[in-house]
Amino acid sequence: MDIDRKLQILADAAKYDASCASSGAARKDSQGSRGVGSTGGAGICHSFTPDGRCVSLLKVLLTNVCLYDCHYCINRRSSNVTRARFTVEEVVQLTLDFYKRNYIEGLFLSSGIIRNADYTMELVIEVARRLREEHWFRGYIHLKTIPEASQELIERAGRYADRISINIELPTEAGLAKLAPEKNLVKTQEAMGKIRLRIEEAKESGGRTVPAAARPARRPPFATGQSTQMLVGADDSDDAAVLGRADQLYRSYQLKRVYYSGFSPIPEPSSLLPLKPPPLLREHRLYQADWLLRFYGFQVEELVPASAPRLPLEIDPKLAWALGNRAVFPVDVNKAPRELLCRVPGLGIRNVLRILEARRHCRLHVADLKRLRLNLNKCLPFVMTADHTPRARLLDGDALRQRFLPLKQLEMNFHATPVPTADDTLAVRSGEF
Amino acid sequence: MRSVSFGPGFESWRDQARKLMAQGVPPEEVDWTDAAQGESLFQPPEEASIPTGTPAEEQSWRVPSAFVNLARMAWAHVDPRRPAVLYRLLWRLTRGGEPYLLHVPTDAGVRLAEDWRKAVARDIHKMHSFVRFRLVGTDGESGREQFVAWFEPPSRCVRLAVPFFVKRFAGMDWSILTPDECAHWDGETLHFTPGLPKDQVPGEDNLDALWRTYYRSIFNPARLKVAAMRNEMPLKYWKNLPEARLIPELIAESQPRMETMLETPGREAAPVPRNAYIHQLLKRHDEVFAETIPASSDLAALSLEELHKAAACCRACPLWEQATRTVNGEGPENARVMVVGEQPGDQEDLCGKPFTGPAGQVLRNAMVMAGLEPSDVYLTNAMKHFKWIPGAGRRRKHATPAKEEVRQCRPWVLAELARVRPAVLVLLGNTAAASLLGREVKVTQERGLVQAPELAERVILTYHPSHLLRLPEGPAQERAMAEFMADLTLASEA
Repeated sequence: MDIDRKLQILADAAKYDASCASSGAARKDSQGSRGVGSTGGAGICHSFTPDGRCVSLLKVLLTNVCLYDCHYCINRRSSNVTRARFTVEEVVQLTLDFYKRNYIEGLFLSSGIIRNADYTMELVIEVARRLREEHWFRGYIHLKTIPEASQELIERAGRYADRISINIELPTEAGLAKLAPEKNLVKTQEAMGKIRLRIEEAKESGGRTVPAAARPARRPPFATGQSTQMLVGADDSDDAAVLGRADQLYRSYQLKRVYYSGFSPIPEPSSLLPLKPPPLLREHRLYQADWLLRFYGFQVEELVPASAPRLPLEIDPKLAWALGNRAVFPVDVNKAPRELLCRVPGLGIRNVLRILEARRHCRLHVADLKRLRLNLNKCLPFVMTADHTPRARLLDGDALRQRFLPLKQLEMNFHATPVPTADDTLAVRSGEF
Repeated sequence: MRSVSFGPGFESWRDQARKLMAQGVPPEEVDWTDAAQGESLFQPPEEASIPTGTPAEEQSWRVPSAFVNLARMAWAHVDPRRPAVLYRLLWRLTRGGEPYLLHVPTDAGVRLAEDWRKAVARDIHKMHSFVRFRLVGTDGESGREQFVAWFEPPSRCVRLAVPFFVKRFAGMDWSILTPDECAHWDGETLHFTPGLPKDQVPGEDNLDALWRTYYRSIFNPARLKVAAMRNEMPLKYWKNLPEARLIPELIAESQPRMETMLETPGREAAPVPRNAYIHQLLKRHDEVFAETIPASSDLAALSLEELHKAAACCRACPLWEQATRTVNGEGPENARVMVVGEQPGDQEDLCGKPFTGPAGQVLRNAMVMAGLEPSDVYLTNAMKHFKWIPGAGRRRKHATPAKEEVRQCRPWVLAELARVRPAVLVLLGNTAAASLLGREVKVTQERGLVQAPELAERVILTYHPSHLLRLPEGPAQERAMAEFMADLTLASEA
């Protein structure tokens, strides 16, 4: 099999992993070396495909042969896809060649599980080792780790990688037992816990805040972050379950990111999977909610209370919260504390900071907000400025919600997608869908 | 009206602005003329004359470095208003008496300059993204590979953008050619030459075809979002991107490809292959996930190791869902002393061993001082999972377990006690005491030896070390610490 065909198969097999981040690595570059590569600061997206996703890393599998039978995955053993396997040297060469042409930021390497977890992990690590030690490669390396692999191998992976990740895949143990029988929630969390401890240990021993003499003996460097991915819509978990799990993961393992991947149809589908993918909008709303949790001081229960465990699709989660908590508004942009400004629909963190800065020198008017390029339609009903107070009754009426609904309302019930019947299945398969 | 001419570089504007400032020329009296664009409306452009201001006066205008950075970036923008707008800002910051001006992001002038800076920053970023090097040869002597790229930046950002390439591609020789200015790197120095027309540029690289294969394969046709792509990769860049020519066909094919996927009949799960590793993974699911409280009689038959394995699968109360794992006890099975704490904390939850966090450190140190070797003691907790609530930032905050949860976890610690059968049992804090004594206990009232012969010969009740950590430094803490030490000494002497 030639390299072009292998790349075709093994990139295709890797594309369901949403993670593409190449940011947050320790600062390093190729100056004074014979090699190439630099990391640090924001990552760079080198291209975009028509699915709107960026191409940042060379994202491939070492092999798509896999012993596991995870039903959402195109590479599961019961799938009928063509199988291929890169040699270690092929991936090394491909990474260097692509990198030197500035196509990519680095490598994101993952693999189907062959023989056992440790054997597979060793091959993955060998690619990273050769890049770093034999080719002085200082670009970004993200290695997917297998939770069942031994601690010693995870340690070695972390030494060469900027980021390591383990996919949680589904938010519940029950979902995993059904759709990914070889995977195990507790095992995954145990591995994440150990990685967090190791990352913190490396940070402490290498931190610049500690004077060199006072630092404990230096351990080998370790990845600066870990992330994970959760599949949305493949099982029946609602948004409260998804966000609850994400929040638990952020807090417990200090993850850099949780990626939500809306389950999308795959060639070679499994009979255990839902017929229809969830709307792409659900994934988008989850990312918005994720941001609110991480940067805006929201708690999970505020966004998805027990009474409404699904995020509304037609409006964003912050607006939905504001509409449900109108007593908080209007917020005075000239006086309100930062935490409250963060809760105003249409006000992002950056603009909150700008407002805080500007109001030390002058009182803010609507024209000032306009100059900050705020979405005035969205935020004016919720704020007071020196020359604006929203009409008292606006915040009470139901009309406010109507204002924010998309213009063309489709007659579709987003909250209770009908369960497909046998007839539906037939209709879909026969092309009437 | 004073007419002032400026060249393309930022330095030319800066020099002129310095002179005008020194002469005290207010912004409304300056007519800025682009030297490349021709003559001013008012009078022939003058080479700004020798400053008339005294040096002392010049020194008094301190320009904040934030402004210089902003102006340098904004200067690369193509907007013809920028010399005048930037000069007005400079004037207001200094002579105009508005030194805080840059901290007013709502000011119209600041906004405009910020917008230019942002646009240029974006152009730089896009240049870092979309430059594509082509291999043109290898240097015979040094063996260094030589690469050339052609790029058309929307603003004059080449000089601002190239330091990035020097850092990243130090190990190869390269040239980035643009219509404006070209940059060259030979491993040691960076130098610039005038811009070139496009026909000077080498054609495709051999790797471009392989890159297109990758681009085609990484695209997911089931989630077409063309607008999102065009937003991030504007059309103007497509002509120099080897992969962009695939875009129309990828879009056209996506619908039929998606339909084919939806039409494919679902495939059944495959039988488990003959592989010992997989069988061992699947076996875990056969182990009982106990959703009821284990009966003490069922646990009596298990060895300590089996007990720990079974506890790892306990789902009797909902605490397991938020925790990482069950944290079992640790220590010799024939230990003379057994210490029971409340529950694992953040650190214990991560590493799976009891008493490894800050409170654990206090306990271990105190034990050594009291003459107890920690590795000779069986250390465990009344609760096997970490109970927490969201804390500040991204932390987990310890939460006290509910009575019901303590009751549900009790069989596990009792079973550990029955296996170890220590002569001395030390209970740390109210939760451990309530769990093992089976009644509500206040450590502050019953501290010291307690009568519970059914548990161990000698049962000692004392503070939980985290209580000692929480007390403010002072006599109260010292007293509690002394009492804690006295209780541990009771345990070591027995």
